[in-house]
Amino acid sequence: MQHSWDFATILANWPTLWVGVKGTAVIFVVTVVLGLAGGLVVGMARYARTPFLNWPARAFVEVFRNTPVLVQIIWFYYAFPILTGIDVDPFLAAVLGISLNTMAFSAEIYRAGIQSIEPGQWEAGKAIGMTYHQTMRRIVLPVAIKRVLPALTNRGIEVFKMSTLASVVAYVETLNQAKLIADLNFNPIESYTTVALIFFVVLWPVVQGTYVLERVLRRSD
Amino acid sequence: MAEILRIENLHKRFGDLEVLKGIDVTVESGETIVVLGSSGSGKSTLLRCVNFMEMPTDGRVYLHGELIGTERGGHVTYRERDLCALRARIGMVFQHFNLFPHMTVLQNVMEGPVTVLKRGREQARDDAVVQLTRVGLADKAAEYPARLSGGQKQRVAIARALAMDPDVMLFDEVTSALDPELVGEVLKSMRKLSEEGMTMLVVTHELGFAYHVGSRVLFLDGGTILEQGKPQDVLKNPRHLRMREFLDGHSLFRLPE
Repeated sequence: MQHSWDFATILANWPTLWVGVKGTAVIFVVTVVLGLAGGLVVGMARYARTPFLNWPARAFVEVFRNTPVLVQIIWFYYAFPILTGIDVDPFLAAVLGISLNTMAFSAEIYRAGIQSIEPGQWEAGKAIGMTYHQTMRRIVLPVAIKRVLPALTNRGIEVFKMSTLASVVAYVETLNQAKLIADLNFNPIESYTTVALIFFVVLWPVVQGTYVLERVLRRSD
Repeated sequence: MAEILRIENLHKRFGDLEVLKGIDVTVESGETIVVLGSSGSGKSTLLRCVNFMEMPTDGRVYLHGELIGTERGGHVTYRERDLCALRARIGMVFQHFNLFPHMTVLQNVMEGPVTVLKRGREQARDDAVVQLTRVGLADKAAEYPARLSGGQKQRVAIARALAMDPDVMLFDEVTSALDPELVGEVLKSMRKLSEEGMTMLVVTHELGFAYHVGSRVLFLDGGTILEQGKPQDVLKNPRHLRMREFLDGHSLFRLPE
Protein backbone atom coordinates (compact mmCIF):
# COMPACT_ATOMS: atom_id res chain seq x y z
CA MET A 1 0.00 0.00 0.00
CA GLN A 2 1.36 3.31 -1.05
CA HIS A 3 0.47 6.58 0.57
CA SER A 4 2.28 9.78 -0.14
CA TRP A 5 2.04 11.84 3.03
CA ASP A 6 1.00 15.42 2.50
CA PHE A 7 0.64 17.61 5.55
CA ALA A 8 0.35 20.82 3.51
CA THR A 9 -3.44 20.80 3.77
CA ILE A 10 -3.18 20.36 7.53
CA LEU A 11 -0.88 23.35 7.84
CA ALA A 12 -3.18 25.37 5.60
CA ASN A 13 -6.04 24.56 7.96
CA TRP A 14 -4.05 25.09 11.13
CA PRO A 15 -6.35 27.88 12.46
CA THR A 16 -9.30 25.47 12.28
CA LEU A 17 -7.35 22.82 14.15
CA TRP A 18 -6.14 25.38 16.67
CA VAL A 19 -9.72 26.22 17.58
CA GLY A 20 -10.19 22.52 18.32
CA VAL A 21 -7.04 22.34 20.44
CA LYS A 22 -8.31 25.22 22.53
CA GLY A 23 -11.66 23.44 22.87
CA THR A 24 -9.85 20.31 24.04
CA ALA A 25 -7.87 22.34 26.58
CA VAL A 26 -11.02 23.93 27.99
CA ILE A 27 -12.96 20.71 28.40
CA PHE A 28 -9.92 18.94 29.82
CA VAL A 29 -9.33 21.56 32.50
CA VAL A 30 -12.99 21.67 33.48
CA THR A 31 -13.48 17.89 33.61
CA VAL A 32 -10.19 17.05 35.28
CA VAL A 33 -10.78 19.62 38.05
CA LEU A 34 -14.41 18.62 38.58
CA GLY A 35 -13.61 14.93 38.26
CA LEU A 36 -10.65 14.78 40.65
CA ALA A 37 -12.05 17.26 43.19
CA GLY A 38 -15.52 15.70 43.11
CA GLY A 39 -13.93 12.27 43.30
CA LEU A 40 -12.22 13.28 46.55
CA VAL A 41 -15.58 14.21 48.07
CA VAL A 42 -17.24 11.01 46.85
CA GLY A 43 -14.23 8.96 47.93
CA MET A 44 -14.38 10.37 51.47
CA ALA A 45 -18.13 9.74 51.59
CA ARG A 46 -17.49 6.22 50.34
CA TYR A 47 -14.99 5.72 53.18
CA ALA A 48 -17.29 7.21 55.83
CA ARG A 49 -18.99 4.79 58.18
CA THR A 50 -22.33 6.63 58.25
CA PRO A 51 -24.72 4.84 55.84
CA PHE A 52 -26.24 8.23 55.09
CA LEU A 53 -23.03 9.21 53.28
CA ASN A 54 -21.74 5.81 52.33
CA TRP A 55 -24.71 4.44 50.41
CA PRO A 56 -25.35 7.33 48.01
CA ALA A 57 -21.62 7.51 47.30
CA ARG A 58 -21.51 3.82 46.61
CA ALA A 59 -24.53 3.95 44.32
CA PHE A 60 -23.00 6.87 42.44
CA VAL A 61 -19.73 5.02 41.92
CA GLU A 62 -21.44 1.86 40.73
CA VAL A 63 -23.64 3.68 38.23
CA PHE A 64 -20.97 5.83 36.65
CA ARG A 65 -18.16 3.31 36.75
CA ASN A 66 -20.17 0.58 35.10
CA THR A 67 -21.60 2.52 32.17
CA PRO A 68 -19.58 3.73 29.16
CA VAL A 69 -18.61 7.40 29.08
CA LEU A 70 -19.60 7.64 25.43
CA VAL A 71 -23.10 6.47 26.29
CA GLN A 72 -23.25 8.91 29.21
CA ILE A 73 -22.36 11.84 26.96
CA ILE A 74 -24.93 10.85 24.38
CA TRP A 75 -27.51 10.25 27.09
CA PHE A 76 -26.96 13.66 28.67
CA TYR A 77 -27.23 15.29 25.26
CA TYR A 78 -30.27 13.51 23.86
CA ALA A 79 -32.19 11.90 26.73
CA PHE A 80 -31.61 14.20 29.69
CA PRO A 81 -33.22 17.34 28.09
CA ILE A 82 -36.33 15.38 27.13
CA LEU A 83 -36.66 13.82 30.60
CA THR A 84 -36.06 17.01 32.56
CA GLY A 85 -36.81 19.86 30.21
CA ILE A 86 -33.37 21.30 30.96
CA ASP A 87 -31.40 22.44 27.91
CA VAL A 88 -28.05 20.75 27.49
CA ASP A 89 -25.50 22.00 24.97
CA PRO A 90 -22.68 19.78 23.66
CA PHE A 91 -20.18 21.26 26.11
CA LEU A 92 -22.37 20.57 29.15
CA ALA A 93 -23.22 17.06 27.98
CA ALA A 94 -19.55 16.23 27.53
CA VAL A 95 -18.57 17.83 30.85
CA LEU A 96 -21.26 15.88 32.69
CA GLY A 97 -20.35 12.57 31.07
CA ILE A 98 -16.61 12.85 31.48
CA SER A 99 -16.45 14.44 34.92
CA LEU A 100 -19.05 12.18 36.54
CA ASN A 101 -17.21 9.16 35.18
CA THR A 102 -13.91 10.56 36.42
CA MET A 103 -15.40 11.28 39.82
CA ALA A 104 -16.51 7.67 40.11
CA PHE A 105 -13.12 6.25 39.17
CA SER A 106 -11.03 8.70 41.19
CA ALA A 107 -13.34 8.24 44.21
CA GLU A 108 -12.23 4.61 44.33
CA ILE A 109 -8.60 5.66 43.99
CA TYR A 110 -8.89 8.10 46.90
CA ARG A 111 -10.75 5.54 48.99
CA ALA A 112 -8.01 2.97 48.40
CA GLY A 113 -5.44 5.60 49.41
CA ILE A 114 -7.30 6.50 52.60
CA GLN A 115 -7.72 2.82 53.49
CA SER A 116 -4.00 2.24 53.03
CA ILE A 117 -3.18 4.60 55.91
CA GLU A 118 -2.12 2.74 59.06
CA PRO A 119 -4.69 2.86 61.92
CA GLY A 120 -1.87 4.25 64.09
CA GLN A 121 -2.00 7.52 62.16
CA TRP A 122 -5.67 7.96 62.99
CA GLU A 123 -4.90 7.14 66.62
CA ALA A 124 -2.05 9.62 66.77
CA GLY A 125 -4.29 12.37 65.44
CA LYS A 126 -7.01 11.41 67.86
CA ALA A 127 -4.57 11.29 70.78
CA ILE A 128 -3.61 14.95 70.37
CA GLY A 129 -7.27 15.90 70.39
CA MET A 130 -7.94 16.13 66.67
CA THR A 131 -11.43 15.57 65.34
CA TYR A 132 -12.14 13.06 62.57
CA HIS A 133 -12.09 15.84 59.99
CA GLN A 134 -8.90 17.42 61.27
CA THR A 135 -7.14 14.06 61.22
CA MET A 136 -8.48 13.36 57.74
CA ARG A 137 -7.38 16.73 56.36
CA ARG A 138 -4.06 17.17 58.13
CA ILE A 139 -2.75 13.63 58.57
CA VAL A 140 -4.51 11.05 56.41
CA LEU A 141 -5.25 12.80 53.12
CA PRO A 142 -1.79 14.31 52.49
CA VAL A 143 -0.16 10.89 52.79
CA ALA A 144 -2.99 9.05 51.02
CA ILE A 145 -2.95 11.39 48.03
CA LYS A 146 0.81 11.15 47.76
CA ARG A 147 0.48 7.37 47.67
CA VAL A 148 -2.15 7.33 44.94
CA LEU A 149 -0.60 10.08 42.85
CA PRO A 150 0.53 7.68 40.09
CA ALA A 151 -3.02 6.34 39.82
CA LEU A 152 -4.44 9.86 39.76
CA THR A 153 -1.96 10.84 37.05
CA ASN A 154 -3.22 7.91 35.04
CA ARG A 155 -6.76 9.17 35.48
CA GLY A 156 -5.72 12.66 34.36
CA ILE A 157 -4.16 11.25 31.19
CA GLU A 158 -7.29 9.24 30.59
CA VAL A 159 -9.46 12.34 31.01
CA PHE A 160 -7.36 14.25 28.51
CA LYS A 161 -7.85 11.55 25.92
CA MET A 162 -11.52 11.04 26.80
CA SER A 163 -12.11 14.64 25.73
CA THR A 164 -12.18 13.39 22.13
CA LEU A 165 -15.43 11.61 22.96
CA ALA A 166 -17.06 15.05 23.15
CA SER A 167 -16.88 15.11 19.33
CA VAL A 168 -19.81 12.69 19.28
CA VAL A 169 -22.14 15.54 20.23
CA ALA A 170 -20.22 17.95 17.94
CA TYR A 171 -18.45 19.83 20.71
CA VAL A 172 -15.65 21.79 19.02
CA GLU A 173 -12.47 20.05 20.07
CA THR A 174 -9.41 18.66 18.27
CA LEU A 175 -10.91 15.46 16.87
CA ASN A 176 -14.06 17.25 15.79
CA GLN A 177 -12.02 19.85 13.87
CA ALA A 178 -9.77 17.20 12.36
CA LYS A 179 -12.84 15.41 11.05
CA LEU A 180 -14.00 18.69 9.51
CA ILE A 181 -10.64 19.18 7.80
CA ALA A 182 -10.58 15.56 6.65
CA ASP A 183 -14.05 15.83 5.13
CA LEU A 184 -13.25 19.03 3.26
CA ASN A 185 -9.76 18.11 2.07
CA PHE A 186 -10.08 14.33 1.68
CA ASN A 187 -7.00 13.81 3.89
CA PRO A 188 -8.23 11.65 6.80
CA ILE A 189 -4.88 9.92 7.19
CA GLU A 190 -2.97 13.13 7.78
CA SER A 191 -5.79 14.69 9.81
CA TYR A 192 -6.16 11.88 12.30
CA THR A 193 -2.41 11.27 12.47
CA THR A 194 -2.05 14.93 13.39
CA VAL A 195 -4.63 14.53 16.18
CA ALA A 196 -2.67 11.60 17.61
CA LEU A 197 0.57 13.59 17.36
CA ILE A 198 -0.93 16.62 19.09
CA PHE A 199 -2.09 14.47 22.00
CA PHE A 200 1.26 12.77 22.30
CA VAL A 201 3.24 16.00 22.11
CA VAL A 202 1.13 17.53 24.88
CA LEU A 203 0.89 14.50 27.14
CA TRP A 204 4.42 13.18 27.05
CA PRO A 205 6.09 16.21 28.70
CA VAL A 206 3.24 16.49 31.20
CA VAL A 207 3.74 12.88 32.26
CA GLN A 208 7.47 13.50 32.65
CA GLY A 209 6.55 16.43 34.88
CA THR A 210 4.44 14.22 37.12
CA TYR A 211 7.42 11.90 37.63
CA VAL A 212 9.36 14.89 38.88
CA LEU A 213 6.47 15.80 41.19
CA GLU A 214 6.40 12.27 42.61
CA ARG A 215 10.13 12.47 43.31
CA VAL A 216 9.76 15.80 45.07
CA LEU A 217 6.94 14.46 47.24
CA ARG A 218 8.98 11.39 48.10
CA ARG A 219 11.62 13.41 49.90
CA SER A 220 10.05 12.74 53.31
CA ASP A 221 10.24 8.94 52.85
CA MET B 1 -1.76 15.84 96.88
CA ALA B 2 -4.29 16.78 94.28
CA GLU B 3 -6.22 14.12 92.47
CA ILE B 4 -5.75 14.33 88.69
CA LEU B 5 -7.45 11.23 87.39
CA ARG B 6 -9.97 8.86 88.91
CA ILE B 7 -11.16 5.68 87.28
CA GLU B 8 -14.19 4.00 88.81
CA ASN B 9 -15.43 0.49 88.17
CA LEU B 10 -14.16 0.45 84.60
CA HIS B 11 -15.39 -2.38 82.40
CA LYS B 12 -14.52 -3.12 78.82
CA ARG B 13 -16.00 -5.90 76.77
CA PHE B 14 -15.10 -6.90 73.21
CA GLY B 15 -18.00 -9.08 72.12
CA ASP B 16 -18.03 -12.06 74.49
CA LEU B 17 -14.64 -11.25 75.93
CA GLU B 18 -14.56 -9.11 79.03
CA VAL B 19 -11.10 -7.56 79.11
CA LEU B 20 -11.56 -5.22 82.06
CA LYS B 21 -13.70 -6.42 84.95
CA GLY B 22 -14.05 -3.40 87.16
CA ILE B 23 -10.92 -1.30 87.63
CA ASP B 24 -10.59 1.44 90.24
CA VAL B 25 -7.58 3.70 90.20
CA THR B 26 -6.93 7.17 91.51
CA VAL B 27 -3.94 9.02 90.12
CA GLU B 28 -2.58 11.97 92.06
CA SER B 29 -0.59 14.86 90.73
CA GLY B 30 3.04 13.99 90.03
CA GLU B 31 2.60 10.26 90.42
CA THR B 32 4.17 7.77 88.02
CA ILE B 33 1.98 4.71 87.99
CA VAL B 34 3.43 1.67 86.31
CA VAL B 35 0.95 -0.91 85.05
CA LEU B 36 2.32 -4.43 84.76
CA GLY B 37 0.72 -7.63 83.55
CA SER B 38 0.96 -10.42 81.00
CA SER B 39 -0.32 -9.90 77.49
CA GLY B 40 -4.08 -10.12 77.52
CA SER B 41 -4.28 -8.92 81.11
CA GLY B 42 -6.00 -5.74 79.93
CA LYS B 43 -3.29 -3.22 80.73
CA SER B 44 -3.21 -1.58 77.28
CA THR B 45 -6.99 -1.55 77.16
CA LEU B 46 -7.06 0.17 80.54
CA LEU B 47 -4.75 2.89 79.22
CA ARG B 48 -6.76 3.27 76.03
CA CYS B 49 -9.99 3.64 77.99
CA VAL B 50 -8.54 6.53 79.98
CA ASN B 51 -8.43 8.80 76.92
CA PHE B 52 -11.31 7.00 75.22
CA MET B 53 -9.37 5.56 72.32
CA GLU B 54 -11.53 2.62 73.36
CA MET B 55 -14.98 3.33 74.70
CA PRO B 56 -15.46 1.73 78.11
CA THR B 57 -18.45 -0.56 78.36
CA ASP B 58 -19.18 0.66 81.86
CA GLY B 59 -17.64 2.80 84.55
CA ARG B 60 -16.63 6.38 85.04
CA VAL B 61 -13.53 8.46 84.40
CA TYR B 62 -12.95 11.76 86.20
CA LEU B 63 -10.33 14.34 85.28
CA HIS B 64 -9.66 16.87 88.06
CA GLY B 65 -12.75 15.54 89.78
CA GLU B 66 -14.97 16.25 86.76
CA LEU B 67 -16.88 13.37 85.22
CA ILE B 68 -16.02 12.78 81.56
CA GLY B 69 -19.24 12.47 79.59
CA THR B 70 -22.82 13.18 80.57
CA GLU B 71 -24.71 11.24 83.22
CA ARG B 72 -28.12 10.12 81.97
CA GLY B 73 -30.25 7.73 83.96
CA GLY B 74 -27.39 5.88 85.59
CA HIS B 75 -25.53 5.65 82.32
CA VAL B 76 -22.78 7.87 80.96
CA THR B 77 -22.95 9.04 77.36
CA TYR B 78 -20.12 10.67 75.49
CA ARG B 79 -20.11 13.38 72.87
CA GLU B 80 -17.29 13.30 70.34
CA ARG B 81 -16.57 16.98 70.92
CA ASP B 82 -16.06 16.45 74.65
CA LEU B 83 -13.81 13.47 74.02
CA CYS B 84 -11.63 15.50 71.63
CA ALA B 85 -11.30 18.21 74.27
CA LEU B 86 -10.39 15.54 76.85
CA ARG B 87 -7.78 13.90 74.60
CA ALA B 88 -6.18 17.29 74.05
CA ARG B 89 -5.49 17.33 77.82
CA ILE B 90 -4.13 13.78 77.99
CA GLY B 91 -0.89 12.93 76.22
CA MET B 92 -0.41 9.48 74.73
CA VAL B 93 2.68 7.76 73.40
CA PHE B 94 2.36 4.56 71.39
CA GLN B 95 4.41 1.43 70.93
CA HIS B 96 4.85 2.15 67.22
CA PHE B 97 5.50 5.90 67.54
CA ASN B 98 2.90 6.85 64.90
CA LEU B 99 4.74 10.00 63.88
CA PHE B 100 3.27 11.85 60.92
CA PRO B 101 5.56 10.80 58.05
CA HIS B 102 4.86 13.79 55.80
CA MET B 103 5.87 16.30 58.45
CA THR B 104 9.28 17.19 59.80
CA VAL B 105 10.07 16.55 63.45
CA LEU B 106 9.28 20.19 64.24
CA GLN B 107 5.98 20.08 62.32
CA ASN B 108 5.03 16.86 64.13
CA VAL B 109 5.43 18.60 67.47
CA MET B 110 3.70 21.81 66.31
CA GLU B 111 0.70 20.03 64.79
CA GLY B 112 -1.39 19.64 67.94
CA PRO B 113 -0.88 23.14 69.31
CA VAL B 114 -1.57 24.74 65.91
CA THR B 115 -4.49 22.61 64.70
CA VAL B 116 -6.17 21.72 67.99
CA LEU B 117 -5.21 24.50 70.42
CA LYS B 118 -5.20 27.17 67.65
CA ARG B 119 -1.93 28.63 68.84
CA GLY B 120 -0.03 30.98 66.55
CA ARG B 121 2.68 29.34 64.44
CA GLU B 122 5.50 31.42 65.93
CA GLN B 123 4.46 30.57 69.46
CA ALA B 124 3.98 26.91 68.56
CA ARG B 125 7.39 26.77 66.90
CA ASP B 126 9.12 28.20 69.98
CA ASP B 127 7.23 25.80 72.25
CA ALA B 128 8.07 22.86 69.99
CA VAL B 129 11.77 23.66 70.18
CA VAL B 130 11.51 23.74 73.98
CA GLN B 131 9.87 20.30 74.03
CA LEU B 132 12.40 18.88 71.57
CA THR B 133 15.20 20.22 73.74
CA ARG B 134 13.58 18.45 76.70
CA VAL B 135 13.98 15.10 74.94
CA GLY B 136 17.37 16.06 73.53
CA LEU B 137 16.39 16.30 69.88
CA ALA B 138 16.36 20.00 69.07
CA ASP B 139 19.05 19.38 66.45
CA LYS B 140 16.75 17.01 64.55
CA ALA B 141 13.92 19.54 64.16
CA ALA B 142 14.23 19.76 60.38
CA GLU B 143 14.51 16.01 59.75
CA TYR B 144 11.70 13.79 58.55
CA PRO B 145 10.78 10.86 60.83
CA ALA B 146 12.02 8.32 58.27
CA ARG B 147 15.57 9.55 58.92
CA LEU B 148 15.47 8.91 62.68
CA SER B 149 16.28 5.84 64.74
CA GLY B 150 13.50 4.14 66.69
CA GLY B 151 14.60 5.71 69.95
CA GLN B 152 14.69 9.17 68.40
CA LYS B 153 11.24 8.64 66.87
CA GLN B 154 9.85 7.69 70.24
CA ARG B 155 11.37 10.76 71.90
CA VAL B 156 9.81 12.94 69.19
CA ALA B 157 6.49 11.25 69.93
CA ILE B 158 6.97 12.16 73.60
CA ALA B 159 7.74 15.77 72.65
CA ARG B 160 4.64 15.84 70.43
CA ALA B 161 2.49 14.77 73.38
CA LEU B 162 4.22 17.21 75.74
CA ALA B 163 3.60 20.13 73.37
CA MET B 164 -0.09 19.93 74.32
CA ASP B 165 0.76 20.69 77.99
CA PRO B 166 -1.09 17.56 79.09
CA ASP B 167 -2.41 17.04 82.62
CA VAL B 168 -1.35 13.41 82.46
CA MET B 169 0.72 11.32 80.07
CA LEU B 170 -0.07 7.76 78.97
CA PHE B 171 2.74 5.49 77.79
CA ASP B 172 1.60 2.33 76.02
CA GLU B 173 4.53 -0.11 75.86
CA VAL B 174 6.65 2.60 74.33
CA THR B 175 9.91 0.63 74.36
CA SER B 176 8.56 -2.73 73.19
CA ALA B 177 9.27 -2.08 69.51
CA LEU B 178 12.78 -0.76 70.08
CA ASP B 179 16.18 -2.39 69.75
CA PRO B 180 17.46 -3.13 73.27
CA GLU B 181 20.22 -0.58 72.74
CA LEU B 182 17.70 2.20 72.15
CA VAL B 183 15.44 1.44 75.09
CA GLY B 184 17.65 3.36 77.52
CA GLU B 185 17.41 6.76 75.86
CA VAL B 186 13.61 6.61 75.88
CA LEU B 187 13.41 5.44 79.49
CA LYS B 188 15.81 8.21 80.46
CA SER B 189 13.55 10.82 78.88
CA MET B 190 10.62 9.32 80.75
CA ARG B 191 12.47 9.31 84.06
CA LYS B 192 13.36 12.96 83.54
CA LEU B 193 9.70 13.76 82.96
CA SER B 194 8.72 11.87 86.06
CA GLU B 195 11.31 13.73 88.12
CA GLU B 196 10.03 17.03 86.76
CA GLY B 197 6.66 16.17 88.27
CA MET B 198 4.70 14.98 85.25
CA THR B 199 1.78 12.72 86.13
CA MET B 200 2.26 9.50 84.22
CA LEU B 201 0.52 6.20 83.58
CA VAL B 202 3.01 3.75 82.13
CA VAL B 203 2.28 0.33 80.67
CA THR B 204 5.60 -1.44 80.31
CA HIS B 205 7.56 -4.65 80.67
CA GLU B 206 10.60 -2.78 81.99
CA LEU B 207 10.67 -3.92 85.62
CA GLY B 208 13.77 -1.84 86.30
CA PHE B 209 11.92 1.27 85.25
CA ALA B 210 8.97 0.30 87.43
CA TYR B 211 11.28 -0.22 90.38
CA HIS B 212 13.37 2.93 90.06
CA VAL B 213 10.90 5.43 88.63
CA GLY B 214 7.43 4.24 89.56
CA SER B 215 5.72 5.75 92.58
CA ARG B 216 3.16 2.96 92.46
CA VAL B 217 2.86 -0.33 90.63
CA LEU B 218 -0.39 -1.95 89.52
CA PHE B 219 -0.38 -5.60 88.56
CA LEU B 220 -3.26 -6.50 86.27
CA ASP B 221 -4.36 -10.09 85.90
CA GLY B 222 -7.43 -11.26 84.01
CA GLY B 223 -8.92 -7.80 83.86
CA THR B 224 -8.64 -6.90 87.53
CA ILE B 225 -5.97 -5.31 89.69
CA LEU B 226 -4.45 -8.24 91.52
CA GLU B 227 -1.84 -6.36 93.44
CA GLN B 228 -0.74 -2.78 93.91
CA GLY B 229 1.57 -0.75 96.03
CA LYS B 230 5.04 0.75 96.23
CA PRO B 231 7.38 -0.83 93.66
CA GLN B 232 9.83 -1.84 96.39
CA ASP B 233 7.10 -3.85 98.13
CA VAL B 234 5.23 -5.25 95.16
CA LEU B 235 8.27 -6.18 93.09
CA LYS B 236 10.36 -7.52 95.93
CA ASN B 237 7.69 -9.20 98.06
CA PRO B 238 4.72 -10.09 95.84
CA ARG B 239 1.82 -11.51 97.82
CA HIS B 240 0.23 -13.49 95.01
CA LEU B 241 1.62 -16.57 93.31
CA ARG B 242 0.48 -15.22 89.94
CA MET B 243 2.55 -12.06 90.42
CA ARG B 244 5.59 -14.09 91.52
CA GLU B 245 5.35 -16.22 88.37
CA PHE B 246 5.12 -13.08 86.28
CA LEU B 247 8.23 -11.60 87.90
CA ASP B 248 10.14 -14.88 87.58
CA GLY B 249 9.28 -15.04 83.90
CA HIS B 250 10.82 -11.62 83.43
CA SER B 251 14.08 -12.44 85.13
CA LEU B 252 14.67 -16.00 83.93
CA PHE B 253 17.87 -15.27 82.09
CA ARG B 254 19.31 -12.42 84.12
CA LEU B 255 23.07 -12.10 84.31
CA PRO B 256 24.46 -13.24 87.66
CA GLU B 257 25.14 -10.35 90.04
